[in-house]
Amino acid sequence: MTAKRAWQPIAIAAAWTLATVTPAFAQVDFSGGWGARLHEDNLERGGGPEMNEFEGLPINAADRMRGDSWSASLWTVPEHQCIPHPADYGPNFSQLVMWSDVDPVTKDVIAWHTELSWMNPVRTIWMDGRPHPPAYAPHTWQGFSTGKWEGDMLTVETTHLKPAYIRRNGLARSEKATVREHFIRNGDILTIITIVNDPVYLTEPYIKSRNFQLDPGYHMTPYPCSVDVEIDRPAGEIPHYLPGANPFISEAAAKHKMPLEPARGGAETMYPEYMERMKSMPTATMPTQPATTGR
Amino acid sequence: MKRGIALVGVIALATVGRVLAQGAPPATRSDGAGSVHVWAVQRNIYALFGPGGNSTVSIGDEGVLIVDAMTAQAAPDLIAAVKTISNKPIRWIINTHSHPDHTGGNAAVAKSGVYVATGNTRGGGGASILSFESALMRLNGSAASPDKAPEGGWPTDSFFVKQKDMFFNGEPVLTMHVPNAHTDGDAIVFFRRSDVIAAGDVFTPDRYPVIDAAEGGSINGIIAGLNLLIELAVPAFNEEGGTMIVPGHGRICDESDVGDYRDMVTIVRDRIQDLLGKKMTLEQVRAARPTFDYDGVYASPAYTGDMFVEAVYRSLTAPSTSAQRSPSR
Repeated sequence: MTAKRAWQPIAIAAAWTLATVTPAFAQVDFSGGWGARLHEDNLERGGGPEMNEFEGLPINAADRMRGDSWSASLWTVPEHQCIPHPADYGPNFSQLVMWSDVDPVTKDVIAWHTELSWMNPVRTIWMDGRPHPPAYAPHTWQGFSTGKWEGDMLTVETTHLKPAYIRRNGLARSEKATVREHFIRNGDILTIITIVNDPVYLTEPYIKSRNFQLDPGYHMTPYPCSVDVEIDRPAGEIPHYLPGANPFISEAAAKHKMPLEPARGGAETMYPEYMERMKSMPTATMPTQPATTGR
Repeated sequence: MKRGIALVGVIALATVGRVLAQGAPPATRSDGAGSVHVWAVQRNIYALFGPGGNSTVSIGDEGVLIVDAMTAQAAPDLIAAVKTISNKPIRWIINTHSHPDHTGGNAAVAKSGVYVATGNTRGGGGASILSFESALMRLNGSAASPDKAPEGGWPTDSFFVKQKDMFFNGEPVLTMHVPNAHTDGDAIVFFRRSDVIAAGDVFTPDRYPVIDAAEGGSINGIIAGLNLLIELAVPAFNEEGGTMIVPGHGRICDESDVGDYRDMVTIVRDRIQDLLGKKMTLEQVRAARPTFDYDGVYASPAYTGDMFVEAVYRSLTAPSTSAQRSPSR
């Protein structure tokens, strides 16, 4: 055997080893505090959207009806006061802290955790290959998440979410929804891409990205929530608008001097070519109907 | 020889890499028997999910208490599933109402259990069965009903007041009557120390509520029952967990889940009430589609939005009867 022949199997072995082991060593460290960059999708940040402002979302007619029926007074009902944002909404604007659980013997990462600043919801992303729970298991605001590495990108699948919202103005996201996320770190920038699939209320996947800047000195602030009855209403009364009775449907569109149709949402309003269609639409008019409290 | 060593090294490294990348899956645990699946809720309470509905099970030193006995067909699997979580005898069955998807297994499950002798229950035989009085009357045939059961499945104990209290497996067990909800014989069972409520068909998060008008059910009774569950439940952090609720059908829930469902039922009731105020007929109310935005979540071919609309319509237009009164304590 020549020297060249002797090294050939070793070279093949080394190449195969590197190719096979790469995923394990490609894991990226997300640990630490991350500051939200807040430069995308203004409607989902800070003060949030106005009522009946549904543009840019792939909602169907049923979700539009949920949004039209919704009254902001619902947040005053005790059972709604301390609800945190669900896993698919929380990263919109909150500061973020991430840490991992490491098996003390094998040093494998068993789970990643995230905590968001608004309401302090803590989430677990299981990395140990466990299956998702059965259909009869409880649902939570953060859902049940499992992760796997795809190169340097952590891909997360989430099920078992509680019924919540796709936008903070009553547009519902059902508990049948599933969420896929991609966590991507580029230096001190973390990008989270969130893809929501909801067979009940969305006609297409809702895809969004959010960026975070590494903030090593960040310290999470406690966010305790206390339920207090501040509006004395008859037992069992739930604030909502009856069909056709919501006086605010055109208000946001009129205020922003845009047509009503895009404010009603739908998949077509997500795409750039829709802007051309908008040019031929009349601007919405401010509602004249006096505001009512619904129910 | 060197080539062989190199290959062994490659395989070893490859294997280590996969282990590092994926980790070992956790060991699985027993998941019931046959068609009945078990989920540990909290403390001594388990939820059992069968083909026709759910049971809630308390286990402890005193034995086993089962809320709802599933169907007759599922009963053998229910009994086998209980044996996977306790080796103690079944002492009590509590029926949340008289329908056979919750009482069909009474006879078989009771027969598999053992009677607890007390001063005011009958002697001999298997486990005791408790229900609200009107459910008892339907099951034993005193009141005409398709729910009539064979004698072994009749409740041995009943109550006609608001609440029947017991202390079992180290905690208060409160069986509370919910008037005129799914039927007029509904009860919810609150395990006060374990902090779990078995809700029966007053709360069915996988479907619209079924209102059995022929057996005294009503939409406003359903809403009152849901609000009672919310009143009893206390969530833990961020409106999640805390008191857990096992519904008659569907997944395990907490207060926020009941709240979400209560909102839906109330909103649909309000919409139909508003249409009734406009003197609309049932067909006109149906055509207005007052459940359109919820059908994707709660409707099924077996119980559509239209069927729920009709049930609510008939409930709201039915004359109130003397039976629709809250019992005194």
